Amino acid sequence: MSETRLMKGNEALAEAAIRAGCKGYFGYPITPQSEVVEYLAEEGRQRGMVVMQVESELAAINMVYGAAGAGARVMTSSSSPGISLMQEGLSYIACAELPCLIVNVNRGGPGLGTIQPSQGDYFQATKGGGHGDYHLIVLAPASVQEMADFVYDGFDIADKYRNPVMILADGALGQMMEKVVFKEYTPAEHIPPKPWATVGKPPTRERNIITSLFIQPEKMETINIGLQAKYQRVRENEIRYELVEADDAEVLLVAYGLSSRICKKVVELARQQGLPVGLLRPITLYPYPYEILQELSERISSVLVVEMNSGQMVEDVRLGINGKVPVGFYGRMGGVIPSAEEVLHKVIEMFDRVELKHVEEEYHA
Amino acid sequence: MPETFPLDHLECVWEKPDTLTETRFHYCPGCGHGVVHKILMEAVKELGIQGDTIGVAPVGCSVFAYHYMDVDMQEAAHGRAAAVATGIKRVLPEKYVYSYQGDGDLAAIGTAETIHAANRGENILVIFINNAIYGMTGGQMAPTSIIGMKTSTTPEGREIATQGFPFKITELIAMLPGAYYVTRQSVHTPNAVRSFKKAVLKAFQAQKEKRGYCLIEVVSNCPSGWKLTPVDANKWMEENMFPVYPIGDLKVEGKLGERMFTQVTKN
Ligand SMILES: Cc1ncc(C[n+]2csc(CCOP(=O)(O)OP(=O)(O)O)c2C)c(N)n1
Ligand code: SF4
Repeated sequence: MSETRLMKGNEALAEAAIRAGCKGYFGYPITPQSEVVEYLAEEGRQRGMVVMQVESELAAINMVYGAAGAGARVMTSSSSPGISLMQEGLSYIACAELPCLIVNVNRGGPGLGTIQPSQGDYFQATKGGGHGDYHLIVLAPASVQEMADFVYDGFDIADKYRNPVMILADGALGQMMEKVVFKEYTPAEHIPPKPWATVGKPPTRERNIITSLFIQPEKMETINIGLQAKYQRVRENEIRYELVEADDAEVLLVAYGLSSRICKKVVELARQQGLPVGLLRPITLYPYPYEILQELSERISSVLVVEMNSGQMVEDVRLGINGKVPVGFYGRMGGVIPSAEEVLHKVIEMFDRVELKHVEEEYHA
Repeated sequence: MPETFPLDHLECVWEKPDTLTETRFHYCPGCGHGVVHKILMEAVKELGIQGDTIGVAPVGCSVFAYHYMDVDMQEAAHGRAAAVATGIKRVLPEKYVYSYQGDGDLAAIGTAETIHAANRGENILVIFINNAIYGMTGGQMAPTSIIGMKTSTTPEGREIATQGFPFKITELIAMLPGAYYVTRQSVHTPNAVRSFKKAVLKAFQAQKEKRGYCLIEVVSNCPSGWKLTPVDANKWMEENMFPVYPIGDLKVEGKLGERMFTQVTKN
């Protein structure tokens, strides 16, 4: 049975967590995502969830570690400065292979920065973030609907791989109100049982140990190899992206999250002017859709990456394009959201340059 | 060994509890950690709660506590054991949950997690090994190092002006309404061991009755870090640590003892 509601992104996410059977939430308030803990404090508790506002994000992520290690479906949420504090715990969680959901409603930084939306945490989210060789699986919603849907998916993927999953949103997605349809949550069939959880040792089995400590280098390397093999499986199976008018595009926009919404508008405006512009919107930021970029690079003449940061995902786009066509970047920082018009302006400039190139080529011929 | 030693005609007067694994302790000779492990696991056995107990190991010399304790265990990041224990307890409220932590773990890097778990009245048991030094990293100053104590980072002895005072976190925690049972013990004599065991049994009983947070500090030794023989270490501990960290109950059944007030004001 599905239900349609008008909600803020943060609230939709919280509601979806309850519906997905999340058993515990541990968090610390920070703008622009405090609605998550507030919503859960009322709705979640009433519906049987453990919901704790605790002393710090450091404590919160370690409670997630403990509760996830005890086999419970649990989550936390925060915004950039709080997510920085959680990096220690995330590294331990990744190594101990504990499934859980972390939500980062990204705000502008560095430092205390601004409470306005940003995509400045892309590197931190996708490249590890804490110490050691590990990855979170990162989902980037672009609507209130996806803020909810990706909670269902995030929990399932986390369980499937015994890996922490991050939803990387931003302040605008957290705060905006949109219609959201809550489908009935049915767990994916592949959700494995958790025989490894520390729930108390019956006489019939050896004790379970949740740890990230492997003092012998050979043993540690075996663990590393295991993690890398898992990330390989994740790369093979979990890549998600959306293509908009990409078939005949000459200029390809690449953007995720809020920037991708703006870029959709840009595609529309450009097409009205007869300019063949398309959009690739990565949905999983780790694993990253390099292959489709490679494929597209055979057909397009240039790429414009649009981000709300100084240029982070653009590095991955360059890896995917691998020098085949020029890759441009347009970004706003500090919590400023780029307008469709300014991006369009940039796109038109690129077409001019492309045409120039054609002229030059003709001339030389 | 057992093959060559004729055991058949001997009467068994001591056995390690089967709640301890067969793995040999890696602790230095004379170190208190091993005794505390054994007593803790004896209590778990006597109470018959092995299958319902989850332990949390710290970062410190007892980082491998889960090699020895035959219960489900989690290894916490340095200082975060109280938070990890909270996470476990909140989703498994009917199970027994304890953390086992050193003074650096509990009273330096993990101070916030420690105090807040106590203040919430988290229904867990915290075993706190106070050896006044960082054993694992090679004998640096701990928050509980006593005034004048020589460590590798206080070669001239800990001085108040630059390093502050020995941190009596147990007294601090006893003051919190969430703390139900707070006691300071040692394990350097048979009597002390018996008293410690009673404390552990009492704390697990309190947890069963959902009374709230229990803290057992064990004033312990670190012969290696202190650079003393085990016998001298225990003597040094009695003479120098007990005056700063007096043995006894600070809070029982949620009520502060008389002693608590005199001790806090005296030191
Ligand atoms: C974040 C972090 N900082 C520092 C360390 C290094 N470290 C390991 S154990 C330890 C101190 C342990 O001392 P204590 O808690 O008193 O336990 P003991 O070894 O004396 O039993 C330190 C500083 C670490 N593992 N993690
Ligand atoms: S270094 Fe100290 S605390 Fe660590 S095992 Fe040796 S004696 Fe015990």
